[in-house]
Amino acid sequence: MTKITYAEQKDTRSGFGAGLLEIGRSNNNIVALCADLTGSLKMNDFKKEFPDRFFQAGISEANMMGLASGLTVGGKIPFTGTFANFSTGRVFDQIRQSIAYSNKNVKICASHAGLTLGEDGATHQMLEDIGMMKMLPNMTVICPCDYNQTKAATMAIADHPGPVYLRFGRPKMPVFTKEDEPFEIGKAQILIQGVDVSVFATGHLVWQAIEAEAILAEKGISAEIINIHTIKPIDVETILASTAKTGCAVSAEEHQIFGGMGESISGVLTQHRPVPMEFVGVNDLFGESGKPLELLAKYGLSAEKIAAAAEKVIQRK
Amino acid sequence: MADPITIPQLNRIASQVRRDIVRMVHSVQSGHPGGSLGCTDFMVAMYFRILKHSPNFNPDGTGEDLFFLSNGHVSPLWYSVLARNKYFDLEELKTFRKINTRLQGHPATQEGLPGVRVASGSLGQGLSVAVGAALTKKLNGDNHMVYVLMGDGEQQEGQIWEAAMFAAHNKVDNLIATIDYNGQQIDGPVDSIITLGNLKAKYEAFNWEVIESEGNDMNDIISNMTLARSLAGRGKPVVNLMKTEMGKGVDFMEGTHEWHGIPPNDKQLESALTQLEETLGDY
Repeated sequence: MTKITYAEQKDTRSGFGAGLLEIGRSNNNIVALCADLTGSLKMNDFKKEFPDRFFQAGISEANMMGLASGLTVGGKIPFTGTFANFSTGRVFDQIRQSIAYSNKNVKICASHAGLTLGEDGATHQMLEDIGMMKMLPNMTVICPCDYNQTKAATMAIADHPGPVYLRFGRPKMPVFTKEDEPFEIGKAQILIQGVDVSVFATGHLVWQAIEAEAILAEKGISAEIINIHTIKPIDVETILASTAKTGCAVSAEEHQIFGGMGESISGVLTQHRPVPMEFVGVNDLFGESGKPLELLAKYGLSAEKIAAAAEKVIQRK
Repeated sequence: MADPITIPQLNRIASQVRRDIVRMVHSVQSGHPGGSLGCTDFMVAMYFRILKHSPNFNPDGTGEDLFFLSNGHVSPLWYSVLARNKYFDLEELKTFRKINTRLQGHPATQEGLPGVRVASGSLGQGLSVAVGAALTKKLNGDNHMVYVLMGDGEQQEGQIWEAAMFAAHNKVDNLIATIDYNGQQIDGPVDSIITLGNLKAKYEAFNWEVIESEGNDMNDIISNMTLARSLAGRGKPVVNLMKTEMGKGVDFMEGTHEWHGIPPNDKQLESALTQLEETLGDY
């Protein structure tokens, strides 16, 4: 495989905004709702081009989720936009009853997820959303890795019936996936092939995992880097095929370890074919203010920490 | 066009629906008779006279009026009225709240029961849903109405007021909300729990068109829902503050919160049924 590089850094939320605009142009049933964060969510272009299909909910997220549920009656496909905290924790019951249990075709689009929100601190650094959303029956959970993939995922979920949670973030991060790459819901991507350890990463930590692979390669360790952009349904086949080859696993995510993607993977492994596993994630802590990369380092989510987890798990084989 | 159903006919249907409610709740020894009996006249008037709807249920509801139930615990009432409108077989009322039923304790879409478009039970959510559906009607150029029924205790939920603000700001004037103003909630009279104060003034301050009606008087319901319909399309959402008596029609259940969520025993059922004429045949 050719070495993965990037030419520019862009924010995944802008990928969402671009995808929403593009899918809005080809599908008249797409409507968008935002709770007073239109600029932050990069929904301004959609609002400008489709003012009749954009609804400003104000600072009332519970109502926004109910509106979205109701808008589906008659065939609209609502995309809600606010921060990950206000998209999930604040409105869990509204999502549970009016969207998930009612199996409504609502796309819950959540920006500023994880520690990399940065300076705003722990009140806004949502680290429990994947857990809450993956527990809900009928819900699909997607966490793309960069700008291009977030754009592609935004467009893909419009054609995927049923409730979807789409998680993305605030800071500019390397853009390393191809611009024209189609997004296949539920299909993990093997980004780098390897034989010694399987590293399963999601969201912003996919790039950290790619950097970890380089660290490990210098030490003569061959890591397989897999992008779990769809956390639910999880790609059982790809996970088992990789760990059959490597015999051990590391998960990496910008989320609590409790209830995160890593737990889903460990569930797959223990049910089908157990192998040693290490978890890179936030370990039962709230975050704090700081710059995105400083926070990833402090909370143990950096490329170096992923590489260290890989070395440790290899020893446990 | 056929003549509209008469008031005496509606009252006869309401009597039968009340029988259905107490029999359903008694059969499974579970459910909420009080609010169901109180809203019976309204629901009968809606589904037999006011709503433009089809029992050939289309979840999208295109080209017809939509009804949403926010206070989902009055499910036995809704199920009886839907069945008596031929949305599904009357015999299915026997399955209420029992294993493998489509007639869940609180209304749900999961089992595919015709008539239900969104689940309700956790309170405070139905007004938002109705507003969203009303927006879609406008986007689709569908000039039919969206109706929603809420409880009065439910007005304590903050989401109601989020939706109320949104609907007025966005001039959602194809929406008619009705509040079952029976003054009771589970723990006691609403005024003793958290008073709603002057609910009319509150909705007026939120820039809604407010009407007041008597919800256990079929004439009053019909005239006020007709009035509400005539107020639609004028830039404001409409709310109908509808006074009802909890437990209406069964003397020992009337006017108290005690029968909010308690089923009658065999003797109480017998007493209730002697007060409610069987007009259309029991299920």
